Amino acid sequence: MFKDITIGQYVEGNSFIHKMDARVKILLSLFYIIILFLISSPVAYAVFTAFTLFLVYLSKVPPKFILRGLKPMMYILVFTAVLNLFMTQGSTVLWVCPFWSTLKITKEGLTTAVLMILRLVYLVIGTSVLTLTTSPLMLTDGIEKILKPFEIIKVPSHEIAMMMTIAIRFIPTLSEETEKIMKAQMARGADFESGNVLKRAKAMIPLLVPLFISAFRRADDLAVAMDSRCYHGGKNRTRMKQMKMTVRDLWATLFMVGFAAAVIFIQKLM
Amino acid sequence: MIKVSDLTYVYQQGMPYEKTALDSLSFEIPDGDFTAIIGHTGSGKSTLIQHLNALVRPTSGKIEIDGVDITAPNADLRTVRKNVGLVFQYPEHQLFEETVYKDIAFGPTNMGLSESEIRNRVYEAAGFVGLPLELLEKSPFELSGGQKRRVAIAGVLSMQPKVLILDEPTAGLDPKGRDEILDQLVRLHAENEKMTIIFVSHSMEDVARIAKDILVMNKGRLAMQGSVAEVFAHSSELREMGLNVPQITELTHRLIADGVDIRPDVYTVKFAAELYAELLKEAENV
Ligand SMILES: Nc1ncnc2c1ncn2[C@@H]1O[C@H](COP(=O)(O)OP(=O)(O)OP(=O)(O)O)[C@@H](O)[C@H]1O
Ligand SMILES: [Mg+2]
Repeated sequence: MFKDITIGQYVEGNSFIHKMDARVKILLSLFYIIILFLISSPVAYAVFTAFTLFLVYLSKVPPKFILRGLKPMMYILVFTAVLNLFMTQGSTVLWVCPFWSTLKITKEGLTTAVLMILRLVYLVIGTSVLTLTTSPLMLTDGIEKILKPFEIIKVPSHEIAMMMTIAIRFIPTLSEETEKIMKAQMARGADFESGNVLKRAKAMIPLLVPLFISAFRRADDLAVAMDSRCYHGGKNRTRMKQMKMTVRDLWATLFMVGFAAAVIFIQKLM
Repeated sequence: MIKVSDLTYVYQQGMPYEKTALDSLSFEIPDGDFTAIIGHTGSGKSTLIQHLNALVRPTSGKIEIDGVDITAPNADLRTVRKNVGLVFQYPEHQLFEETVYKDIAFGPTNMGLSESEIRNRVYEAAGFVGLPLELLEKSPFELSGGQKRRVAIAGVLSMQPKVLILDEPTAGLDPKGRDEILDQLVRLHAENEKMTIIFVSHSMEDVARIAKDILVMNKGRLAMQGSVAEVFAHSSELREMGLNVPQITELTHRLIADGVDIRPDVYTVKFAAELYAELLKEAENV
């Protein structure tokens, strides 16, 4: 059951977006999100939708991977939609509950609900395109580079990136370990699957205690291994893979800025 | 009796990383046997023993224990796991309770036994693995590596399984700790004639010393099965599989090649010492 966890669902590929510089991709993704929150008119959303579809097409990632990212969002989407649908005050009433007249749907409510859903969906799609086309290592490297200027105000950019890298590195190890301990306790008659919530929570103790101990032991081992290879933080460290910005990134940025200008213009106009 | 027929297991079936870990294995292990499973790293030993108490379901094939098909969809896993005790590799990593006593009692408690029965079993299991009783109220995390390993083994023994399976029970122990664990397995087998013991080992010396039969795995297939003498007689085949015969056997075979007149079926140092002593005496008399 723990085998299915994947973080950094990177899908290898050779598309335009795959080949872009990670730093540019991260910044442009942020830019994408900002635009998403600036617009509200239906026409602007239509243009934004077209742009998002174009991005997905450009990334050459099978749409099924992107839809998979949306699945866990289902409940939040439904909840947001219902809340907005009924709670938004407005003048044009479309429907009133025959039993309880405070419960009604207005035209404004309907519009907000739809826009909120689209906003959340595009948020997920936008970030998915980033994580699906950028390997976790590149992603953390990119974040480190982006945070570098903030070292002036004492942001430990290298350490943050290193921590993220290590965390990602240990996900498969820990899930393997979890499976092993689970099996070992099941061999002693432990039951992780039946019973009520309380009983199940209690059944987790034989799993969690050894898991934590092993995680600490691994952390200790790793620290010693890094120390003995003279790791001393980010200063003067060179990298095996240098990041290079190319004309491709320039084009992408220009395109994104042009698109942003257009969408905001439409938004102002309508 | 354990009867495995045509057992195949594929990891991550249908994925690009698909890997056949077990490839149509068929064998039988009679009751009361003391079997060692040997095989090069990655040959499927650990995967195989996890099938024997239904922790892993086979991709295809069947496993029967005392005539009960444990691979059937409606198999009673609780009973299977009670009857077949499995001690994983580095079992000390699974300890979690506050006291050694409670940790050994975990299995019997899950079986729903009475308080007094649990107590009896914990003491008995602790005795079997040679754990001093005053350690029972200590935290398992205060013990030494070898002591922890014994607590973990006792945790399985306390369920009083009919079949005891251990995955590399002596891995990572010092020579003394290793000898103690091996001796306890021998004693356990001597005192419970009907108990089947199966253990995985990379040490041919350990195998020669305590096992009766050997099952040889090679790349997911069953390469050989037979008594210690039968299997170790095939030294060249074993070597091809990345295995070996005990060093003392190898030494004896080299002596034979050099023209010394000595019997070839020598597997333990103890037996070899007797033979060599005799040989030396004869040489002196000449
Ligand atoms: N969880 C897993 N997912 C995918 N493949 C696995 C998994 N566990 C084991 N394998 C593969 O199955 C094969 C058999 O593994 P197994 O652990 O049974 O070998 P082993 O004989 O116990 O080896 P060792 O002596 O190193 O313990 C190996 O090739 C291994 O790479
Ligand atoms: Mg193994």
